[in-house]
Amino acid sequence: MASIKRILRAGFLAFWRNSVVSVSSVFVMTITLAVIGSIIFTQVTLQTTLAQISDKVDVNVYFVTTAEEGDILALKTALEGLPEVAGTQYVSKDTVYEDFRTRHENDSLTLQALDELEENPLGAILNIRAKETSQYASIAKFLETSDILKKNEKPIIDKINYYQNKVAIDKLTAIIVSSEKIGLFITAVLVILSILITFNTIRLAIFTSKDEIAVMRLVGASSAFSRGPFIVQGIMAGLSSGVIALALFYPITYWLAPFTTDFFSGLNLFDYYVDHFPQFFLIIMGSGIALGMISSILAVRKYLKV
Amino acid sequence: MIYFDKVTKTYLDNLKALDEVTLSIEPKELVTIVGHSGAGKSTLIKMLLAEDQPTSGNVYFESVDVHSLRRSLLTQYRRRIGIIFQDFRLLPYKTAYENVAFAMEAAGRTDEEIASDVPYALDLVDLREKIWNFPNELSGGEKQRVAIARAIVNQPDVLVADEPTGNLDPINTYDVVQILKKIHDLGTTVILTTHNKGVVDSIGRRVVTMEKGKVIKDEKHSKQAI
Repeated sequence: MASIKRILRAGFLAFWRNSVVSVSSVFVMTITLAVIGSIIFTQVTLQTTLAQISDKVDVNVYFVTTAEEGDILALKTALEGLPEVAGTQYVSKDTVYEDFRTRHENDSLTLQALDELEENPLGAILNIRAKETSQYASIAKFLETSDILKKNEKPIIDKINYYQNKVAIDKLTAIIVSSEKIGLFITAVLVILSILITFNTIRLAIFTSKDEIAVMRLVGASSAFSRGPFIVQGIMAGLSSGVIALALFYPITYWLAPFTTDFFSGLNLFDYYVDHFPQFFLIIMGSGIALGMISSILAVRKYLKV
Repeated sequence: MIYFDKVTKTYLDNLKALDEVTLSIEPKELVTIVGHSGAGKSTLIKMLLAEDQPTSGNVYFESVDVHSLRRSLLTQYRRRIGIIFQDFRLLPYKTAYENVAFAMEAAGRTDEEIASDVPYALDLVDLREKIWNFPNELSGGEKQRVAIARAIVNQPDVLVADEPTGNLDPINTYDVVQILKKIHDLGTTVILTTHNKGVVDSIGRRVVTMEKGKVIKDEKHSKQAI
């Protein structure tokens, strides 16, 4: 216990007294943590944008006018049981008829032609949204093979617009998958670069103390007692950098919020940051402490072999 | 107590820093090891501190081969040896008091012991006035006195001084030599390396002369010079 107290005190004093090296370490680690934070914001923006694009993609199933409502609802229930399906919306043939009239209320010729028909010529529609755009193909396949559709040997589906939109959906799916892969790759590269830069900064800071470590060993300090203060300094650099990075995100996201709201269909980066502050706190402070601690342990290890 | 048994140290360029050195040092002896730069004096000290491994031969401390010690035992062993370097090697971000206290903290001594022994050790080297000064606020002689206080504060069995006066002016050299003699008179084994003839003449006692990694002379002076 006394040793821990002494190590903490020695680490704190060295961090404070060796201010030039401490400020340099904090500066570089702040940049690293800011990069990690920016990566999170970029990922959120990318995911939100891709999710919004995906949400705009759906498949409509148009039923024949003679299709029984019970059969359609049974199909709806069966579809909702599929893991790929995010949601369905049933539009009855009467609603479709009303919607059609409303849409063409200024088109008297069309309305007149519609009135001359004795019955509703429009069938019901089932709108289906998949969890991912790549899953529409399997949903379409399900619709083709479903037992409900084979009832009475009469087809109840007039058409599925997936086949008309297949090229566009496939292209969009490819763009989304590529964007996610590129995003992950860039994230990994930036995180690795940031960690390497931080590690080298801490290593350089500890290199200036290699004689100090050798003296500690020669006057009889154990490895843990020699290493301890440097780990404390690394953790303090991580904590300080974390606080600075978290504080910097406030004005930055506040300034960016109007732009992100306009460009990314309502994604307010400042609100997102405030709402998710506990998660950001854990990630940034945790990364700072882990980076400082691990870098120090690895950097000191080399000089403890005295 | 300390026995160098045919110790040889060869570096990568085949340079023999030590060439089958055999040397015995008894408890409470004061031994001065002299020789020109490159004679092997500092390498011999490194072997004693197990700071470096010999190419062949063994170094025994109380019949234990110091190079066979496990890391934790090596730490214990080093706590029994006080070390003074030519370039002082004080911890730069610690005050004189903290530098001396560090050796006691490393040895696991209590806060009470540290509070009583550190001022006493600094008193012995006549540095009570500057205990809260950092190394960069001290002169060369004062730094070396802090280093001596750090070396003796744990009451080591052996005090090793590697060219302790190499960076000092004649007045500070005299002061440091007097302190080392005082420490020896109190019953500590002292091993001193130097190439300063004045220091050798001042201390006398046993003088071991080294040249090109070999012990070429080992003399005991019956009368101590002033």
